[in-house]
Amino acid sequence: MTEEILTQNHPLESCLRTERFPHIWCVGCGLGVALGAFASSLLENKFDLDQMAVISGIGCTGRMAGYLKVDSFHTTHGRAIPFATGLHLANPKLKVVVFSGDGDIVGIGGNHFIHAARRNLDLTVICVNNFIYGMTGGQVAPTTPLGAHTTTTTYGNYEYSFNIPLLAAASGATYVARWTVLDIIKLRKSIQEALNKKGFSVIEVISPCPTLYGRLNRLATGVEMMKFLKEHSLFKREAKLEEAAITDGNQIVVGKFLDIEKPTYLEMYEKSVGGKIKQLKYEKILAGEESCPEC
Amino acid sequence: MKAEQVVPAGSFFMSGNEACAEGALAAGCRFFAGYPITPSTEIAEHLAERLPEIGGIFIQMEDEMAAVNAVLGATWGGLKGMTATSGPGFSLMMENIGLAVMTETPCVIVDVQRGGPSTGLATKVGQGDMMQAKWGSHGSYEIIALSPSSPQEFFEQTIKAFNLAEEFRTPVIILADEVVGHMSEKVIFPQSEKLLISSRRFTNLSPADYHPFQANGNGIPEMVKAGDGYRIHVTGSTHDYRGYPYMTAEAQANLIPRLVQKIRGRRNELIDVKEIDCQGAEVLVCSYGITARTSYYAIEQAHSLGIKVGQLKLNVVWPFPEEIIKKWAWQVKAMIVPEINMGQMVLEVERAAAGKCRVVSVPHPGGDIHRPEVILEAIKKSAE
Repeated sequence: MTEEILTQNHPLESCLRTERFPHIWCVGCGLGVALGAFASSLLENKFDLDQMAVISGIGCTGRMAGYLKVDSFHTTHGRAIPFATGLHLANPKLKVVVFSGDGDIVGIGGNHFIHAARRNLDLTVICVNNFIYGMTGGQVAPTTPLGAHTTTTTYGNYEYSFNIPLLAAASGATYVARWTVLDIIKLRKSIQEALNKKGFSVIEVISPCPTLYGRLNRLATGVEMMKFLKEHSLFKREAKLEEAAITDGNQIVVGKFLDIEKPTYLEMYEKSVGGKIKQLKYEKILAGEESCPEC
Repeated sequence: MKAEQVVPAGSFFMSGNEACAEGALAAGCRFFAGYPITPSTEIAEHLAERLPEIGGIFIQMEDEMAAVNAVLGATWGGLKGMTATSGPGFSLMMENIGLAVMTETPCVIVDVQRGGPSTGLATKVGQGDMMQAKWGSHGSYEIIALSPSSPQEFFEQTIKAFNLAEEFRTPVIILADEVVGHMSEKVIFPQSEKLLISSRRFTNLSPADYHPFQANGNGIPEMVKAGDGYRIHVTGSTHDYRGYPYMTAEAQANLIPRLVQKIRGRRNELIDVKEIDCQGAEVLVCSYGITARTSYYAIEQAHSLGIKVGQLKLNVVWPFPEEIIKKWAWQVKAMIVPEINMGQMVLEVERAAAGKCRVVSVPHPGGDIHRPEVILEAIKKSAE
């Protein structure tokens, strides 16, 4: 017997601001898939949505926070990670997620990305990489592959691109994975792992931008871009950081590159500072045990 | 709110920067994010030691953009937060001061001014960021900025800055300077019960009834914090009462005038000018920060020469006290505006005086305070 599964409501309604739909993303864009995977992962794994905050920067992916029905912050370009840092430290019980684009996180915000990884803050960063600045009309990004055409590399890109998994791992992250938006099941699982990971977790999501990246690089429809990603990505059960670079002619390796244990920023803080505070500075001075340096 | 006695009552000999840090603690600041920069660094150093003692958080960020954003994040996490910097860092913070204005995030930004532009005189005094504090972030907005002239005032104004930030839901800037930051003198910390501390105005409404940017009568919405179950959206984009981005002229017209008006509309509550010996004066010296202190000596000298001179000491520089300037402009021959820049606040004095008296700029390019004789000379000439 068939079961009635049609409902009036969106199945992910409890964690999406459906009143804001339709969203701003283009037909064929992968951002809706990434949003859906995130929302599904939250619901499937019964994360407490009241104890979750999503921070985005600026750009197409920057709109992510605004569609999620959790405490959500749409900050300035590149600054989602430091905003998240303050929020996390003010209330470590929150699960704080930075969901933003490649230009935001490793372009203008690159410095914050490496420093947050270095500190091993207990944050999850989901970086959607579409190889281009989409919102501003298709300019070269720090992730644009060599040779690719953009509106500011009309002769083909001649700048080397960032290798996000290697950058994250080298900077101190404890969990690093990469998926394409075709790897929905694995992406959902990976989001769950990253959210439960103690420490700085990074997921790169390779996503098609047919409107700009595709149109300028002979992959003008969503289907063509999806086919391209399907044909040019390779899942490896034990993906190695050595093969994380996205280079011309090689497959884009997807999978989990790193999953290690390391004390977090707050654990290190507690270990270092916690035991040392026995008496307030002024109490010492008032008790005459220590002289005020300028008295 | 009853203040917890985290700052001991008593007299201490300390620098302005340390007094600022203690003022922050007394005001309830429990989060500081900063980046080292002369001449503000002692604020960070002092709080790095003091905040952990009282369960607060100190973090040294990777740059000033990160510092101010971490403060904004911590504020939405429920804490009171502050950052401190000097000219170059202040420049870097500008975009995100705009974010604080737009998202109505209370916080305190201390600028211990040094000589500029660029790296300028990294270790020496300046007052060149006065206009930047008002206009430095893009777009139309209003800002509140205070200017202390002594370590004691630095302490008191830091508390006041936190209170105003909460009451107006806006970033508040303290425009200190290198000399006030580094001079050491007696600072009196009062008993905590004597301190008036403004708490954050959290809403009593249920999540179903609450809209994060729905302003009440005074134009200032009540706050919540992340994790309270309200599931708010906060954006630096033009937004509606729900916090949702709206890219229309209409949404802009609903939002920006309110943000501006919540400060402009209560100018009278904010303006704080100390009027010294103004009655019957022929000349007034209008000054702020360390230059108000320098002016005292010149004014005393002028008094001994029989010149009727008074002082307008601006404790709050933004909003600018144009009504007070206007009032006195009718009654004096001249106003003298010494400042450690090539003429910034003098433009505001001129605007407010509107030709009713002479306005004399006494500029100083920075690196040192004015020699009192220079101010005295300007007083003498103006009194003729």
